[in-house]
Amino acid sequence: MYKILEKQVLSDVTKLMVVEAPQVARKAQAGQFIIVITHERGERIPLTIADYDREAGTITMIFQEVGKSTMEMGLMEVGDAFKTVVGPLGHPTEIENFGTVVCVGGGVGIAPVYPIARALKEAGNKVISIIGARTKDLLLWEDKMRAVSDELIVTTDDGSYGRKDLVTVPLKEILEANPGKIAKIWAIGPAIMMKFVAATTKPFNVPTIVSLNSIMVDGTGMCGGCRVLMDEGAQFVCVDGPEFDGHKVDWNNLLSRMSFYRSEEQAAVQRFRETHKCNLDRMVEKGAK
Amino acid sequence: MAELTKKERMKIPRQEMPAQTAEDRVENFSEVALGYTLEMAQREAERCLQCKEPHCMDGCPVEVTIPQFIEAVREGNLAKAVAAMKAKNNLPAICGRVCPQEVQCESRCILGKKGEPVAIGRLERYVGDFELANKTFAVTKGPATGKKVAIVGSGPSGLTCAVDLGIMGHDVTIFESLQTPGGVLVYGIPEFRLPKAVIRAEIETAANALGIKIKPDHVIGRTLTLDDLQAEFDAIFLGTGAGLPMFMRIPGINLNGVMSANEFLTRVNLMKGYQFPEYDTPVKVGHRVAVIGAGNVAMDSARCALRLQSLRAKANGGERGEVHIVYRRSPAEVPARREEVHHAEEEGVIFDFLTNPIEIIGDGQGGIAAMKCIRMELGEPDQSGRRSPVPIKGSEFDMKVDQVIFALGTSPNPLVFFNAEGLQRSKHGTVVAHGENGRTTMKGVWAGGDVVTGAATVISAMGAGKRAAADIDAYLRDDGEW
Repeated sequence: MYKILEKQVLSDVTKLMVVEAPQVARKAQAGQFIIVITHERGERIPLTIADYDREAGTITMIFQEVGKSTMEMGLMEVGDAFKTVVGPLGHPTEIENFGTVVCVGGGVGIAPVYPIARALKEAGNKVISIIGARTKDLLLWEDKMRAVSDELIVTTDDGSYGRKDLVTVPLKEILEANPGKIAKIWAIGPAIMMKFVAATTKPFNVPTIVSLNSIMVDGTGMCGGCRVLMDEGAQFVCVDGPEFDGHKVDWNNLLSRMSFYRSEEQAAVQRFRETHKCNLDRMVEKGAK
Repeated sequence: MAELTKKERMKIPRQEMPAQTAEDRVENFSEVALGYTLEMAQREAERCLQCKEPHCMDGCPVEVTIPQFIEAVREGNLAKAVAAMKAKNNLPAICGRVCPQEVQCESRCILGKKGEPVAIGRLERYVGDFELANKTFAVTKGPATGKKVAIVGSGPSGLTCAVDLGIMGHDVTIFESLQTPGGVLVYGIPEFRLPKAVIRAEIETAANALGIKIKPDHVIGRTLTLDDLQAEFDAIFLGTGAGLPMFMRIPGINLNGVMSANEFLTRVNLMKGYQFPEYDTPVKVGHRVAVIGAGNVAMDSARCALRLQSLRAKANGGERGEVHIVYRRSPAEVPARREEVHHAEEEGVIFDFLTNPIEIIGDGQGGIAAMKCIRMELGEPDQSGRRSPVPIKGSEFDMKVDQVIFALGTSPNPLVFFNAEGLQRSKHGTVVAHGENGRTTMKGVWAGGDVVTGAATVISAMGAGKRAAADIDAYLRDDGEW
């Protein structure tokens, strides 16, 4: 079993957990992901690795409660354990000294961009980072990102903190202000954000790496459910990725495939809310007696 | 009972296997074939002529002493039958259910020349189930050798290899990438054909008796590499199977509703998607499903789809829908076990032979509207000896479907070979290993089962696991003569 050693509530819907998984921590590198299962009846949930500590034998994951399984995860506390933590899966980020690079993190995607930015910084790159979220409460790890960036720009969609912009606006400004100077860009966040980052950087012809999170089951190349259409044909996110050239991804196909189970997801959330509410009611009742 | 004459034995009809009716079973995922009673098993055992030179054993990849175990069943001495069985086959409850007996042991049975062969598979299952319930036979670990062996993959070849090595006294650890041991037995073969409880019981019994350690959630190539294993273990057996799905290279394969049989079956079997939302993993089934291919995996997919459709119709009302097997060759070339094809037909799967998809047409909203197919005819025999299908010009037509499941076979997952340059592989991605003993081109590393042969049968994988175990044992006792 994989015990939760630390839990932080980063926002109402964003949680951080440090979990005991020495065999994963031993090999984990920036850019890779893990799959977790909460309990006997749980599904396999892929999550990018936000951080790892080889000596402590722990990995850090940050997740947003978007469906039944992540909501249930959010209720787990220090001392609880996952049924499964498997990984590290996928290819690590290729890190070298490219020169000046930009790291873009959107929402919960800031977490997996952090170890990449850190590794790029350690490799000698000048790291410009842009982090953004819908609103101030959903921003995370600003301090950590600042510590590994030469320059940090913060945006919110609603202007509650930092610049009132989408991440693509400052990104475009940077590309325009530094013609030919930006060697590479990483972008991790919601698929729609990555799609627009790729569209923003394409006219400037700057290589843009995105980390995809399509629907998958096993995460080892067995099911093929995660396949994404690239210019060169279908690729598996779990074993060929999760990082891909953002300019070659068929984004509309990806977005369509990510919505395939939407009705089941909604039904599961509704059912979870109902049963969970019943439990709360019962607890309140018990307390009253 | 008095001894029967040969003539009398030959008059006994082959005992039918009790089974759920087709109407009942499409509405559940419980086992279809219910198993013999003692009376049926003994009656079937009476049919065996106890040949002086039995051919049935030649047809068994693990050389089960078939006449001996059948004789013991006839005598009603089931403990003796178990002992005879387990001397060669440690997983009879599994093999009795999934072996293609009609092309193995039963195809060699002398009774089959004129009538029907002895139902060896059904008797094997009977003996296996008896043992699971009664535990008459204790496998025991031999004197400890102090040698450590890593088994990569907990499917049929790995399990068999692990059990044999355990009996020989070695310290065995099995690494499994998924959360549950069993490999294809768990993620691929449906509950109605091989109940998970049977697999769990077979594995737990053997592992506990032999002190075999099972480590789930370990993806070799990622969590640990072959290098890491070589540093810690005296020998390594690769039984990683053929887990990589194949898709046709036709337009439309990334539409929603197009999936591999691996994905569909893993959602249904391993993740228990048919019990969603009690279990968290959803699985979708269309109203008009096309399964491409006609192997056992195709039959399993089609029959799972039928059941999901029936359960949906039962819950929500409305039509059940249709499930088609679309196969480019003719009925004579169908590679699936005969019993599976028979069951699929009974349950209402529609077979479209000599038909090949050439395009999956979208509905404009990301889903499937139809599948464009072309009719085929049989031409000259190909390398496999089967007459190869050739498209009939101008015979294209649209088949109205909303789900397409590809069951075209699988190839080995290359993940395990990460950083293993010394390990030679064929151009098909399979590991090059010695046909008899399973030795690879890397010292101290053996391989067997689908990872060597490409997708084949449970029992042939078990045979390879067994032969490798014998050679690993010899190697370890020989101070590593390679």
